[in-house]
Amino acid sequence: MSVYTQGVIALMGVNILMALSVYAIVMADQVSLGNAGFMAIGAYTSAYLSVKLGIPIFPALLIGALAASFIGLLIGVPLLRLSGLYFVMGTFGFGEVVRTFFMVFEPTGGAYGFRGPVGATLPMIYGWVLVLIVLFWLLSRSRLGRSLDALRDDAEVASSIGLNVTLLKLGVFWLGSFTAGIAGGLYAHYMFYIESGNFHILVSAIAILCVILGGMYTFWGALLGGVIFSILPEVLRFMGGWRLSVYGSVLVLMMIFRPSGIISRQMVRNTGEWVGGIFRKASS
Amino acid sequence: MKSRQARLSLRPILEEKKSREFMFEAKGIEAGYGAIQVLKGIDLEVRKGEIVTLIGANGAGKTTLLSVISGILTPSKGEITFEGENIVKLPPHKIARRGICLIQEGREILSQMTVLENLLIGGFSRLGDDLNDSLDTVFQMFPVLQERKGQLGKTLSGGEQQMLALGRALMAQPKLFMMDEPSLGLAPILVNEVFAKIMELKTADVAILLVEQNARKAFQVADRGYVLEIGKIVLAGSGKELSSNEKVREAYLGGKRAKRQGLQK
Repeated sequence: MSVYTQGVIALMGVNILMALSVYAIVMADQVSLGNAGFMAIGAYTSAYLSVKLGIPIFPALLIGALAASFIGLLIGVPLLRLSGLYFVMGTFGFGEVVRTFFMVFEPTGGAYGFRGPVGATLPMIYGWVLVLIVLFWLLSRSRLGRSLDALRDDAEVASSIGLNVTLLKLGVFWLGSFTAGIAGGLYAHYMFYIESGNFHILVSAIAILCVILGGMYTFWGALLGGVIFSILPEVLRFMGGWRLSVYGSVLVLMMIFRPSGIISRQMVRNTGEWVGGIFRKASS
Repeated sequence: MKSRQARLSLRPILEEKKSREFMFEAKGIEAGYGAIQVLKGIDLEVRKGEIVTLIGANGAGKTTLLSVISGILTPSKGEITFEGENIVKLPPHKIARRGICLIQEGREILSQMTVLENLLIGGFSRLGDDLNDSLDTVFQMFPVLQERKGQLGKTLSGGEQQMLALGRALMAQPKLFMMDEPSLGLAPILVNEVFAKIMELKTADVAILLVEQNARKAFQVADRGYVLEIGKIVLAGSGKELSSNEKVREAYLGGKRAKRQGLQK
């Protein structure tokens, strides 16, 4: 495998994780435009730990993600009082604060960026992708997943059924920031060099696009969106600067013809039944 | 003058049923949105096994009262006791878990979830319980839900959605059902069906607080009723008493169209 292909595949893993981190928060009917901020916290924390303190990559990644999700909880408490567009703006502000922080924060290199983290291999990246996908799959089949569905459908009904809406929202916000933190750590340890510009608002925006394109009602959508938005830039490389206009057009067309995204709940349900049918046939 | 009248009609019933304890009691509830006060001191009681109806025109504060009881809105004054405990400061989900279930106006079902999922989520607060028995009960009561159990909530007709809302509430095995205009926007034949089901819901352990604009229907099923006008209870009495009351007839049952003197300032 060429270094180029390897790079594309590695970043695909990171993109999938970022899309999942957006999807986590979307599960509670909120769109976060600040996930690049959590990604940055995960990236810088884990990079600092492994380069300056010599901590092995696995614990460094985990601590980085826990740091990101801890900050997530801290800002989640005030932010989750907002809804709709106000929440989007709040998370956008958070992302920019984090980016600017790492631009001027000297211990992690400031504007020069931070150099040195290594050790993220493809199997490691996809190991994490697999772990999180299994987690999201289990969640989607659990009682908790069902209550999230209810919350997303109608928060007022959900609370009148007896669901603790605030706690659920905070929970998925934690999960989203944790996932973004892992994505950031893996990104740092794969790229060897990070700077605040890597965690630009556009990174958050693309992660949202992945979810919108892939499908907003199932984590499979985030997975597919992550794959598409990793391959699309490479396929469209010949277009140069015009690439972004294709993204825009795809988005507009999707909104018109399939607003729920490529993969719908019904599709997952049908496929599940189909696969189940094959297994039943094979076993009988 | 009007409050004296209200008290007059309230007293005999209170004495008559004193032996049976109140399951739910609201005292002097005042609440509103911002500077606008909607409820100006509401007293209301519900006993076990009773259907109590609350009627009133648009803007009287019916829905606001239900929001206060279910914890969505915090009252500025007043006390609400449910089974002997004050529930005013509790968040909505905790009130729901104590057994007060609100069926909101406009058939608030979960439209993106299937009928079965809607029902199962209804029993959410009963952690660890086997929901299958309740599911059977619901399906027995609403056969149409069993037929449609795989369909998404939004694909049901208006009447079916109302049945689903009732069925979902039933899954939680609440002690107090609160229904906000279950007849809203339904064809007359469906209204009859819905009210028949409400009668079926009534058992010895369950109380129902029914908010309605369709006063005629509501009085038919209710044991007692309250009339709410501009944030105050102006009349209270048994269903029969209220439906034969001259003022109620004029204002809510389409009786002689006289000027509503005494009810308006």
